[in-house]
Amino acid sequence: MPIRALSDGGGPVPRTGLVAAFPPLTLLVMLGPVAAGLAGTLLPAFGYLPAAGLSTLSLDPFRSLLDWPGLGAATRLSVSTGLLATALALAAVTLLFAGWSGTRAFRVLERLLSPLLSVPHAAMAFGLAFLIAPSGWIARALSPWATGWERPPDLLIVHDQLGLAMVAGLVAKEMPFLMLMGLAAMGQADATRRMRVAQAAGYGRVAGWLKSVFPAIYAQIRLPVYVVLAYSMSVVDVALILGPSTPPPLSVQVVRWMADPDLAMRLTASAAAMLQLALVIAALILWRAGEWAVARLGQAWIARGGRGRAADQLLRPLGVVAGAFSALAVLGGIACLAVWSFAGFWGFPDPLPNGFDMRSWARHGPEAWQATGATALIAGIATALALILVIGCLEAEYRRDRALTQAGLWLVYLPLVVPQIAFLPGLQTLFLTFGLTAGTIPVVIAHLVFVLPYIFLSLGDPWRAWEPRTGIVARALGTSPSGVLWRVRLPMLARPILTAAAVGIAVSVGQYLPTLLAGGGRVATLTTEAVALASGGDRRAIGVYGVAQTLVAMVPFAAALLIPALLWRNRRGMHG
Amino acid sequence: MADGLTLDRVSITRAGREVVALDRHVAPGEVLSVMGPSGVGKSTLLSLITGTLAPAFRFDGRVLLDGADISRAAPEARRIGILFQDDLLFPHLSVGANLAFGLSPGGSAAERRRKIAEALEEIGMAGFAERDPATLSGGQKARVALMRMLLSEPRALLLDEAFSGLDADRRDQMRRLVFDRARDRGLPVIMVTHDKADADAAGGPVVTLGG
Amino acid sequence: MTPVKSVLPLLAALGMTAPAWSQTDPADWDAVTAAAEGQTVYWHAWGGSTATNDFIAWIGEKAAEEHGVTLEHVKLSDTGDAVTRVLSEKQAGADDDGAVDLIWINGPNFAAMKEADLLFGPFAEALPNWQYVDVDGKTVQTDFTVPTEGYEAPWAMAQVVFMYDTADLDAPLPSAEAILDWAQANPGRFTYPQPPDFLGTTFLKQTLIELVDDNTVLSRPESEADFQAVTAPLWDYLDALTPVLWRQGQAYPATGPAQLQLMADEEIDLAISFSPGEASTAIANNQLQPSVRTFVLEDGTLGNASFVAIPYNSGSKEGAMVVANALMSPEAQLRAQDPAILGYGTVLAMEKLPEADRAAFEALDLGVATLSPAELGDVQPEPHPSWMTRIGQEWIERYGVVQ
Repeated sequence: MPIRALSDGGGPVPRTGLVAAFPPLTLLVMLGPVAAGLAGTLLPAFGYLPAAGLSTLSLDPFRSLLDWPGLGAATRLSVSTGLLATALALAAVTLLFAGWSGTRAFRVLERLLSPLLSVPHAAMAFGLAFLIAPSGWIARALSPWATGWERPPDLLIVHDQLGLAMVAGLVAKEMPFLMLMGLAAMGQADATRRMRVAQAAGYGRVAGWLKSVFPAIYAQIRLPVYVVLAYSMSVVDVALILGPSTPPPLSVQVVRWMADPDLAMRLTASAAAMLQLALVIAALILWRAGEWAVARLGQAWIARGGRGRAADQLLRPLGVVAGAFSALAVLGGIACLAVWSFAGFWGFPDPLPNGFDMRSWARHGPEAWQATGATALIAGIATALALILVIGCLEAEYRRDRALTQAGLWLVYLPLVVPQIAFLPGLQTLFLTFGLTAGTIPVVIAHLVFVLPYIFLSLGDPWRAWEPRTGIVARALGTSPSGVLWRVRLPMLARPILTAAAVGIAVSVGQYLPTLLAGGGRVATLTTEAVALASGGDRRAIGVYGVAQTLVAMVPFAAALLIPALLWRNRRGMHG
Repeated sequence: MADGLTLDRVSITRAGREVVALDRHVAPGEVLSVMGPSGVGKSTLLSLITGTLAPAFRFDGRVLLDGADISRAAPEARRIGILFQDDLLFPHLSVGANLAFGLSPGGSAAERRRKIAEALEEIGMAGFAERDPATLSGGQKARVALMRMLLSEPRALLLDEAFSGLDADRRDQMRRLVFDRARDRGLPVIMVTHDKADADAAGGPVVTLGG
Repeated sequence: MTPVKSVLPLLAALGMTAPAWSQTDPADWDAVTAAAEGQTVYWHAWGGSTATNDFIAWIGEKAAEEHGVTLEHVKLSDTGDAVTRVLSEKQAGADDDGAVDLIWINGPNFAAMKEADLLFGPFAEALPNWQYVDVDGKTVQTDFTVPTEGYEAPWAMAQVVFMYDTADLDAPLPSAEAILDWAQANPGRFTYPQPPDFLGTTFLKQTLIELVDDNTVLSRPESEADFQAVTAPLWDYLDALTPVLWRQGQAYPATGPAQLQLMADEEIDLAISFSPGEASTAIANNQLQPSVRTFVLEDGTLGNASFVAIPYNSGSKEGAMVVANALMSPEAQLRAQDPAILGYGTVLAMEKLPEADRAAFEALDLGVATLSPAELGDVQPEPHPSWMTRIGQEWIERYGVVQ
């Protein structure tokens, strides 16, 4: 047979089958709402909102935005709190890694990571607010014997004008996220051996790590850092609970305008949302410039060759203090919520309530239980859909042997980098146009946008780390690609899949703005209820909802540990 | 065409550059040893035969099994067994379930159980069906992997450094076990190895790539 | 009380007009009860309070027992949602058997719905229990200065009171001026919810009424008055008050309950409330210290009523009227006023009640911190809704963006 006839032989016929449809479908589900939402925000920002009978393009929305006397302060707050929170969280995590990775203290923090990550932002923020307020738990524990305070001092700690309480809350909550991302990067950066080389050359722990490992780690966690920056600049729930209110940061004001029954205010809200987007883009550019500057300075620092051994004395304790701050702020906050949910009267300066009872649980339990049902339903559906899409994508990637490019990774991160406040209002308007006025379906669609990237990031590495020859063996034994997926790969990856599901559920449970806006205020989840209550300030009710919210987010993580342990109790090879 | 495994003027290229090329026929019961330094494309050659060549590669030529062209067939349809250096037993399945995974479909449940029990007996592991593969010794795992592959009734056998993970004693034992069974069943075998002793034990022709 | 959000602009934008629509004559009560038998009434009401929800459930039991009416409470977070629902039904031409049979409504939403002819009526003054309603002493025939004309039935009274901690404040303060004097002597111990919060705006209105000499100007739209001149005393007052507020006015509690929590935390000693029974209920619920009491200003304080209204397209108007009537019954009013249950003020006139009911009201323990109806004194009427909107905006510009 002439060779020519075979010259187009190529590889075996690619048998990707149906899974080929998953990557475009996933992109559509993940980015479609973002793009449509941005368009739906952009048009009203220029006066176009047919639903309200407004269809003339104009700059009036921006004029009315400029007329708002709080604009300058709100803008400044948005930028300053976002940059400060990101810089501090990154610095703290870097110090922690530099000074402590590989030590026992570090492993303790590592084990705390899942619970820290799963605590929803709102619950943490509320707990922290009570912890640090002048009449809060710390002040009560120290009063009057140490402070002399019979009554709380009139100090502006929570809701302070500079937003420092808000920054503290964001730093405490974003540190675990950056740490998780850093840990994943550590494995790929071969950090242990780099450190051995640096220390053999006489470098101090922190200086050695910064010079030899940090550049590689930062390259890996750059996108997560951008996520933190964009999130911190445009967060709403944390800002409501801890941030200033005269005026509030821009994002909070956008939500207020969105909620105004006067539909014309939607135009101002959209204009403000566009400003928010511009601010985030500008801040990202500024941060990128900062990266460049730090890199130049760092290269000069490395070239000077200082060993920096003395600095360890100062920097290592600083790192562990930062780590402890994050853990204590989050866990202490949850403890506050738990105590309040059982508290009888608890006046200042008593360190503990006069008595404990079940009244708050009896009062709010039934409604919290209902909200738990709605929360679990939404989280369950969104996570299940996201898992199917992500597994489909990863399987398509595997079958076509085409790894995710850097551009692809950007697309995955995009929904997390675009500020929620910039596209969710537009998405809501869009839903209204299609008659999806309220209910579970729009909320699930909105949650999917945020659940998908996190599940993708969580499952991607374990999926790709799976031994490909296992698949070849199974195929050679006569199993179809789908058979390999269902009978071999999925069972073997049960643990990371369950962990990814837990991440997805925690992300969904924590969503405030998407639930509020897509649900038209009518879908009551634990988070929307808790945030609504937080503004009301009934600590017992918030305690009940905050504890319930944390449990709903945490139980799946526990299940992700327990189920494989039970399922594979006789399979040692499954406990890697 | 003749029975056995034929590589008909096979040439594998990547980005237009030839990685490996071979034109050989392996008769039933014969063992062809493929040797050569690492990175020379030995494993790539095997992945062409199993049908799991990565899309980045292109190939010319044909792979024939018992006279039929299988170059474009799906891996699961080719009936070509492969053993790697690692046992690659499925960690979530018991020893018996691993064998059942390999055993060609059909037959009653009792019949299948009996076949598995016989297979375990054949490799001196009677009564191991319920065991967790992770609790087996290296030699036991290798034998289960071999048996799993044989139960799928392959018509050719590929060995990818299949003996390099074993210590010297076991290696001999294992080679004998594999080659005996291949001969009994009349399977053509292609063995990729860097160990001259493997090739000697196989006693068949040797090709050296990249040499 | 539920915060009220206006849907007026929405209604205006859509230019709604349509005739009201009626089936059974409310005056023929026997016909009403006969038709009501077996109907299901969907009551859209704020669902944010366990106490209120329990009370509504109780009313449902009464309605089922006595008239065979099934009451379903649709729990709202915002009254505006029910209004929007009726509005969209009207646009879609669903003119009979709409989703909403009864709405807990007041103020601007009532004005908007009445204006757009979205309400059934008049019916309220034809209900049998109307005979007991305190028409002369309480603002039950106007809602934020808008005449109700029988299109909504009152069921609870709200009145501004001030809560104070007797451990820190010796005696009630008689006037807005006295509050300022006390605040200056005790800086950092007073605040109010941040406008545009409903209660915060109420504090502004209350203070304005105190400071303006001639209140009649407030009952007309603000556009008919010299806004700056009328409100100048209010801004002077707030300019003096703000520096001595809690946190020097750089932060405010977001809502009434948040303000209550500040009092429980000993952060403030004086707070405003729109429910005379709120303090007693909060003490009973461990949310306030037992030393808290309430007072009203000497010249009287703002008050308004909570109403229920029936949409024009309700398919169970008779059942809804039965429920509205049950809400005004002496038995229900007594239960609502019990601080252990709801602590809401009654809309009934004591002297109109049968002897036994009057005695039951007199025997009711209103709670340690609740003033008696006599002590609550005169009720000041609400200013026209336009004042509320404009004052809120002006406040934000002056004090809401202090940075």
